[in-house]
Amino acid sequence: MAVEQRVAERMAKDMKEISISEFFEKNRHLLGYENSTKALITIVKEAVDNSLDGCDEAGILPNIVVTLKQIGVDRFKIVAEDNGPGIVESKIPFAFGKMLFGSKFHRLKQSRGTQGIGISGAILYSQLTTGKPAKIISSTGGKIHEFELMIDTVQNEPSVASHITHTNKERWHGIKIELEAEGNYIERYQSIPEYLRQTAIANPYAHIVYNGPNGTLKFDRTTNIVPKQPKEIKPHPYGIELGILRRMLAMTRTKNLRAFLMRDFTRVGSRSAEQIFRLAKLESSRKPKSLDAEESERLHKSLQMVKLIAPPTNCLSPLTEQLIENGLKKELNAEYFVAVTRPPSVYRGNPFQVEVGLAYGGDLNPNSAAILYRFANKVPLLYHQSSCAITKSVEAVDWKRYGFQHPNSSVPVGPLVILVHFASVWVPFTSEGKQAIATYPAIMKDIKLALQDAGRKLAKFVRQKKQARDKQLRRQLFERYIPELAGSLSKLTKKEKNSIISNLEEIIKAGGSRISESKKIKKEKEE
Amino acid sequence: MPKKRTEKKLVGLGEDVLKDIKQKKNPKIEIPIRSLSNVVYDEKTKSLTLGDKVSKRFFFNVAHAKKFMQTMMVAAFCKELLNEKIHTSLRDMYYNLKHTISNSDENTFDEQRESDPIVIDLEVALDVLREQLHLSADVRGRAVGNVTILDRGDTVNLAKLGSGGYAIPSNIEDIKFKKVNAKYILVVEKNAAFERLHEDKFWKKHNCVLIGAQGQAARGVRRLIQRLSNEFKLPVYVFCDSDPYGWYIYSVIKFGSMSLAHVSDRLGTPHARYIGLTISDIEKFGLKDFTIKTRDVDIKRAKDMMKYKWFQHPAWQKELKLLIKGKRKAELEALSGRGLRFMTEKYLPQKIKNKEFLP
Repeated sequence: MAVEQRVAERMAKDMKEISISEFFEKNRHLLGYENSTKALITIVKEAVDNSLDGCDEAGILPNIVVTLKQIGVDRFKIVAEDNGPGIVESKIPFAFGKMLFGSKFHRLKQSRGTQGIGISGAILYSQLTTGKPAKIISSTGGKIHEFELMIDTVQNEPSVASHITHTNKERWHGIKIELEAEGNYIERYQSIPEYLRQTAIANPYAHIVYNGPNGTLKFDRTTNIVPKQPKEIKPHPYGIELGILRRMLAMTRTKNLRAFLMRDFTRVGSRSAEQIFRLAKLESSRKPKSLDAEESERLHKSLQMVKLIAPPTNCLSPLTEQLIENGLKKELNAEYFVAVTRPPSVYRGNPFQVEVGLAYGGDLNPNSAAILYRFANKVPLLYHQSSCAITKSVEAVDWKRYGFQHPNSSVPVGPLVILVHFASVWVPFTSEGKQAIATYPAIMKDIKLALQDAGRKLAKFVRQKKQARDKQLRRQLFERYIPELAGSLSKLTKKEKNSIISNLEEIIKAGGSRISESKKIKKEKEE
Repeated sequence: MPKKRTEKKLVGLGEDVLKDIKQKKNPKIEIPIRSLSNVVYDEKTKSLTLGDKVSKRFFFNVAHAKKFMQTMMVAAFCKELLNEKIHTSLRDMYYNLKHTISNSDENTFDEQRESDPIVIDLEVALDVLREQLHLSADVRGRAVGNVTILDRGDTVNLAKLGSGGYAIPSNIEDIKFKKVNAKYILVVEKNAAFERLHEDKFWKKHNCVLIGAQGQAARGVRRLIQRLSNEFKLPVYVFCDSDPYGWYIYSVIKFGSMSLAHVSDRLGTPHARYIGLTISDIEKFGLKDFTIKTRDVDIKRAKDMMKYKWFQHPAWQKELKLLIKGKRKAELEALSGRGLRFMTEKYLPQKIKNKEFLP
């Protein structure tokens, strides 16, 4: 037997399937647990994101309480409770104890979570660092179920340690999760309070209470209107990738290509379908599953060539300009606020919408780099700022035009907070930690347009303010010199000083300070 | 010019400004520009004068406001000097006018550098001399000779002032000449040469007025030369180092200076002649061993001067070329190399006798 063959056979013996839980156990940085400071933030973030999503779907005004207690040198107990719809008893172990189990992956709809990894990742981290099970208490209004469970990482299955039920006289509904985990607690910059503060800016209809190790923080709701539930949509043909199209062709329940295009896609009508078939040279009655590689490629090309209306916007739930301004005003003491919501656009067949808010002046530090708040589907992004499409777009805008210093390839300098919200049915994160948006050109372009629009509005305000200040300074300058000038003139001409002063002041009142502004006067030349 | 007229001009300046204010106009003063671009060499009068470019200074202009105020302060100050009949220096004026502006932390003047140019602005704008505004310039230079003057009530005989001679004041306007007995005026750039000529009683022997400029001639020295030569028809001979610096001193006495082009007509002496030293003298008087190597700045200066309109005479062009080519220059002291009395007994008498002057 040849050496190669023996090696290959030995290797074949070692080959086996690895479960997704096992994979993430070894690659926990992909989930946002690479260090103990970030781990605590990620746990809170996963719990709060789930709570907000649940309340949104049920149309409930969210009340969320997060409690963090230090119970050892580097050990913390995290409790997160909401008033959402809760989870039915039978699904509780899977929702929390199995990776990639969830309701959101196979649909196109704007929501915070998508893949069913987040909260089970938190439980996995907890059991890896403390060996303790997680406690989940939930009710949909009937009995209260209390589970203690761990994740069997080899099987990717929940293993329930205990399950007890309580009566529920108050008809409480919601979820309460208790975890113990190793961690390191901080309160500045990228931290739990900062995460919750930014969450409150983007979700002003939520009431969030945080009982931290150093006291309680409350974020009151500023509006009682639950945003409209975004509609679930079918993909739009523009920008869809060939691989996805082939998968859709293979999995569709429709009987012919015409039905496939009109039912499985959005914005394809009978006329545009005919056009597509003509371009692709395909029969409309063909079975979708029967297309060969070359035919599906032709179909893919034709889909991009026909004129289609943009995807419907009811699948998106933007913050709206009003809410962005309110959110910023609530948390920042600035002088000027402006917000811009762009019309929806499409990348890779996915509708998305960009919103920008700017806060300027006031208490903001005029000499430091602008502060950037990044949001994706209303969730604050705290890490990986430099690799995010939002940061790159901010850097690519020419802020000097709007009166800011702008060091090469970095954010502008000035008393400025830049908020960017990216809303989409599918946010293209660069990793499962969900901290940075991938730099698709269509996305970058729209973010830049929104920033420029807001920048222009801000620049107008800044310019007006500067003009008013300059005018004031000019006036003060003249007023300062008037008494000396009048005194000298009085000595020269023997006229009364006070009447000269009042004459000069009259010229200022009549707009004398503008005389020199409008006329270009040749600068005096000295030797 | 009588004091009355100077005062009238100052008052007129204030009244013009007041008229603008009453008409609710942006008050302005017009000041001829003194930069090099506005300095013209007048062939007819043989002097440097100002062209007709004028700058306007407005009060209601952020860039002008303070200077406008300062100009009026200096004008008012000068009017008071005239009324009180006192003279003072530029530095005294600066200290007198400097104070903190009320309700601010700003000074009327921060440095003397700010007040000095305003005096020149007024000289130009009102066409008066600084001395007529009762502001004195540097006092430098001295004179000896058979001249008797009346200076501030004292009768002074310039022949009887011992080894020091008469210190030439800044203000020559009020001096009266009682008796002048001389054939010409000899102006000497350097102090050492003045001392030599004075000790040797050169002025007595040759019956001239001897004036020591001590470097660049102060305004008083220039005015005294002008008055003496104009009022008594005396030729003027200037005696400087043979280098671009010395020659420029001569040209300032003759034509006026670029920085004071506005007063050339009252400070310049167009018929002055240059007696020496020249580069040609080095050969003629055997001074070769006592010359100095030129520095780069000398050559650069000489090249600049070759372009000046008032140095276009062939004789001067020749001297400048000789200097640039030979790269040697000579100081007055070089004459001492031929003997301590060579200058008094040989060089100057020979030059004057043969009328060896440069124009």
